[in-house]
Amino acid sequence: MLQIYCPYCQELREEEEFSPSGEAHIARPRDPESLSDEQWGDYLFFRKNPRGLHREMWHHSAGCRRYFNVERDTVSYVIARSYPIGEDPAGAMVEGHDHE
Amino acid sequence: MPTRSRNRYSALSLLKHGLSHHENWQRAWRNPTPKQSYDVVIVGGGGHGLATAYYLAKVHGITNVAVVEKGYLGGGNTGRNTTIIRSNYLWDEAAHLYELSMKLWEGLTQELNFNVMFSQRGVMNLGHTLQDMRDIERRVNANRLNGIDGEVLSTAEIQTKIPLLNCSPDSRYPILGASWQPRGGTARHDAVAWGYARGADALGVDLIQQTEVTGIRRQNGVAVGVETNRGFIGAARIGCVTAGNSGVLAGMAGLRLPLESHPLQALVSEPLKPCLDTVVMSNAVHGYVSQSDKGDLVIGAGIDRYNGYGQRGSLHVVEHTLQAICELFPAFSRVRMNRQWGGIVDTCPDACPIISATSVPGLYFNCGWGTGGFKATPGSGFVFADTLAKGKLHSLAAPFTVDRFHSGALIDEHGAAGVAH
Repeated sequence: MLQIYCPYCQELREEEEFSPSGEAHIARPRDPESLSDEQWGDYLFFRKNPRGLHREMWHHSAGCRRYFNVERDTVSYVIARSYPIGEDPAGAMVEGHDHE
Repeated sequence: MPTRSRNRYSALSLLKHGLSHHENWQRAWRNPTPKQSYDVVIVGGGGHGLATAYYLAKVHGITNVAVVEKGYLGGGNTGRNTTIIRSNYLWDEAAHLYELSMKLWEGLTQELNFNVMFSQRGVMNLGHTLQDMRDIERRVNANRLNGIDGEVLSTAEIQTKIPLLNCSPDSRYPILGASWQPRGGTARHDAVAWGYARGADALGVDLIQQTEVTGIRRQNGVAVGVETNRGFIGAARIGCVTAGNSGVLAGMAGLRLPLESHPLQALVSEPLKPCLDTVVMSNAVHGYVSQSDKGDLVIGAGIDRYNGYGQRGSLHVVEHTLQAICELFPAFSRVRMNRQWGGIVDTCPDACPIISATSVPGLYFNCGWGTGGFKATPGSGFVFADTLAKGKLHSLAAPFTVDRFHSGALIDEHGAAGVAH
């Protein structure tokens, strides 16, 4: 069981209180109508799925019910940090597929 | 390489080897040193990869083939699943593919001269709500139109088949009915890997274990071989069949796949006397259970929702599964669990596999089987071997290319298959 720090509640709580919500820092296209099928498919379906550090959204569903981001290693499951949405926009700059 | 002669397994060979105290059985397969190059290199020595290699050699006569496996044969998801086999999928594309598999299962033990312990004990998918029952009726009708056996059972019929199942109307999620595929069942998962491995090896395929692929070499954009921790192995065609690690392999060639890797856990109980002679699955309470020939209850459920490659999941997911099993079978509430483990499944957005060529000529992927790949092992190997042999997708594989995530032609089997995802 993971132990996750909620940056809003500022407490370390057990995983059961949270719901994982997939990869973080995926910006919704500003103008969906102008996207090609390729770009729209990429936005909907293609994820980084790294073997290593992963930035992902979690929802404190049985707590404050707010979304925040977690940076976690997908092999060791060690959580490096958690931070509120909107912070560290540099996270969005991590490009490509980092496989360790 | 010439086909090696090997002894067939038979009652006579058992008797013969009994006379020498079973000390002189031949090895089931060789442990060869990799050659410099092959016609086809399969990355991943699980059931699907080994089946691909076997059918390449058997059906297409392509025997200059290597299977490169980073661990040991069948040590990944092939050895970690709950061994359920069925073909009751809703949509034509999926139904045809899984039904091809079912037909191959039905002759597999004889085909491989290896007892895969295929047991057609039937698979039951329970319905607990009116909507469940509507979906079940729709799916059974679709199956029958596709020539796949299926029946809708009433609660009374279910109770007759499975006396231990709690069919009381007072239960939290009362059982209103079920779909029933009599030809479904289970097989011994390790034996499937071993049978295909032995068969492929006998036809001249090199099974190269403990060799990890670290890169995919390209020349002028064309795949020409794989880099491994034992050096470069050249290949005219490369087939990647690496389940949860498919995204990692794709990354080596600069490609992306719409897959996410998740832990999927399973567990077995202490051995019991025979008490459950079929496979029971429930989507609504989220669990599935069968009893192995050894007597263990084999139990599985859904994935851990976070991405992971750690081959383990969180305990509360297992707890949730066992709550469901105890709800269905109150008599199991005091059974002790023996072992629990996780495998890494590559889930696809539409819960269907990806069998595809890529933008790198010579490089093919067979992945995305997610939580339900074991049942597809023979069919997956058959169509992928055909694809690699001809350089053109087999007609049953054609709807499953990665292009569907850009064209929109998804094959939505989420829940429709009555499976607990």
